[in-house]
Amino acid sequence: MNINDKKRLEVFAARIRLETVKEFISLGFGHIGGSLSIADLLAVLYGKAMRIDPQHPQWPERDKLVVSKGHSGPAVYAALALKGYFPMDWLRTLNRGGTNLPSHCDRNKTPGIDATTGSLGQGASQAVGIALADKLSGYDNYIYLIVGDGELEEGQTWEAVMFSAAHELQNLIVFVDNNKKQLDGCIDEIQYQFDIPAKFAAFGFDTQFVQGHDVEQIYEAIENAKRVQDKPHAIILDTVKGKGVPEVEQTYANHSLILTEEQKENWLRLLTAAVESKEKEG
Amino acid sequence: MKEVLARVIPQIAESDSKVVYLDADLMSCVGMDKWAGEHPDRAFNCGIAEANMIGIAAGLSAMGYKPIVHSFGVFASRRCFDQTFLSCGYAGNPIVIIGSDPGICAEYNGGTHMPLEDAALLREIPNSTVVEITDAAMLTSVLTQMKDRSGVNYIRVGRKMYAKVYSDDHKFEIGKAEVIKDGRDVAIVGTGIMVHEAMEAAKQLAEQNIDAAVIDLFTIKPVDNELLAKFARKTGCVVTAENHNKIGGVYSAVCESLAGICPVPIKGVAVENSFGEVGDRAYLRGRFGLTSDRIVQYAKDVIAIKVNGTCASAG
Repeated sequence: MNINDKKRLEVFAARIRLETVKEFISLGFGHIGGSLSIADLLAVLYGKAMRIDPQHPQWPERDKLVVSKGHSGPAVYAALALKGYFPMDWLRTLNRGGTNLPSHCDRNKTPGIDATTGSLGQGASQAVGIALADKLSGYDNYIYLIVGDGELEEGQTWEAVMFSAAHELQNLIVFVDNNKKQLDGCIDEIQYQFDIPAKFAAFGFDTQFVQGHDVEQIYEAIENAKRVQDKPHAIILDTVKGKGVPEVEQTYANHSLILTEEQKENWLRLLTAAVESKEKEG
Repeated sequence: MKEVLARVIPQIAESDSKVVYLDADLMSCVGMDKWAGEHPDRAFNCGIAEANMIGIAAGLSAMGYKPIVHSFGVFASRRCFDQTFLSCGYAGNPIVIIGSDPGICAEYNGGTHMPLEDAALLREIPNSTVVEITDAAMLTSVLTQMKDRSGVNYIRVGRKMYAKVYSDDHKFEIGKAEVIKDGRDVAIVGTGIMVHEAMEAAKQLAEQNIDAAVIDLFTIKPVDNELLAKFARKTGCVVTAENHNKIGGVYSAVCESLAGICPVPIKGVAVENSFGEVGDRAYLRGRFGLTSDRIVQYAKDVIAIKVNGTCASAG
């Protein structure tokens, strides 16, 4: 990745964080932790990796993204709005009655959302179905799937993993947002912890483990994955839940937060400054 | 019926390149394994993973394919209900689900494999269609129509041959009940294997000078309100007959329909508050009271309530 692309994607990631937090500021609460942890990934996907056309969100041969951790919808909405899928002012309607931007991703409501998710585990199977469909259709596109590390506790995820390996779905690239937390706390306090890359490898996946807040590493991992034939791919992202807002990062239970007026002011100032700083670097 | 599935599903798939068939390690139980083996790009064995199968079907559907999935009724309904509800129903991904061996048709597989609540579950999904098959002619006609329907479409059908009720070329319209026999004293509304029992009951009643109508309510949802109301008005009382739990199935659907438009006394022959168990069909019919004799008794009961114009005693 050249330096200009890197700087551009870092600015995009900073903007996604800012717009995401503005959605929560407008609403007063929301799933902030897991939204912020995938901002850099979304910047890479929508900013460079994905073959998309925001003016034609239903273009059949586009790359598709299934965000199985559907509660991170607000971050995806920020990325989609910034890419021009819909007007920016929609972001102020998050979760309001009649909105096109519900708490969890909904393919029937939001332009650019490829799968309805929110019941953890189900997005994985849908993504596999989409990958199978596009393979049958002879498309040369990629299907990207984002699952949470806590979500891996859902057995359905592994059913989907087995099928995609059995059917050699090389057009499927799975990202695990390995932020080490789930709703009730740290994963290792709740469930037995295993070696996630080793597990995917054992299930027949091409597997990589990269720094999940480094746009260059994420992009290079995608490029690496595309060079491996006859296997689905897993890219495990080492991430921090709440990344970009230190107060959220340091909050133990940061899955969903109610924002105080003081936090709203501080976080808006912080993330606006982060965008300006990245823009200056660029 | 298995032979019909194995003949008609390939025909549908060969006439429409978007149709794909998915199964969860029970392909050979419905005779689909041979065709599947010959068409690896059209048929997918998802292994023993029904939830994933439904999700994959949802993804295929979202991309314009028309998935037909099969498993035994318990696995095709209860086991993957949330996936069917959300990934297909809520997400707007049409699907056809074949749940085989409904109710006592599970016979020797016993209670673990005996779906007595699948119609109730699938009826709960908004905009779903729930059909129970009566014979081979109906299965052929319904299967052919199902692939182009929106929403979640569920077919209850046994694998063993059912008694022939309709001519081979009979055309069925989903949502329209079939009048098998007209009558003026009581309307018997049955589905699936209970249609034949209803016809037997009507013969017994005729011997006692009771003129029973027999209606096949093969589309349990959306229910044919118009026809039910017509016969409720005409006969003034109804007996339902189903190979399903009394709660949520045909009895419920008929009560829900008639309560608001033509309330008449209704009794239901159904499995009552019981889990399934193992046995042959004859034993299970007796065990759960899914018999023509019970239909006859209930017909007399509702006629008595109608004639006396009073409420029946509880119990």
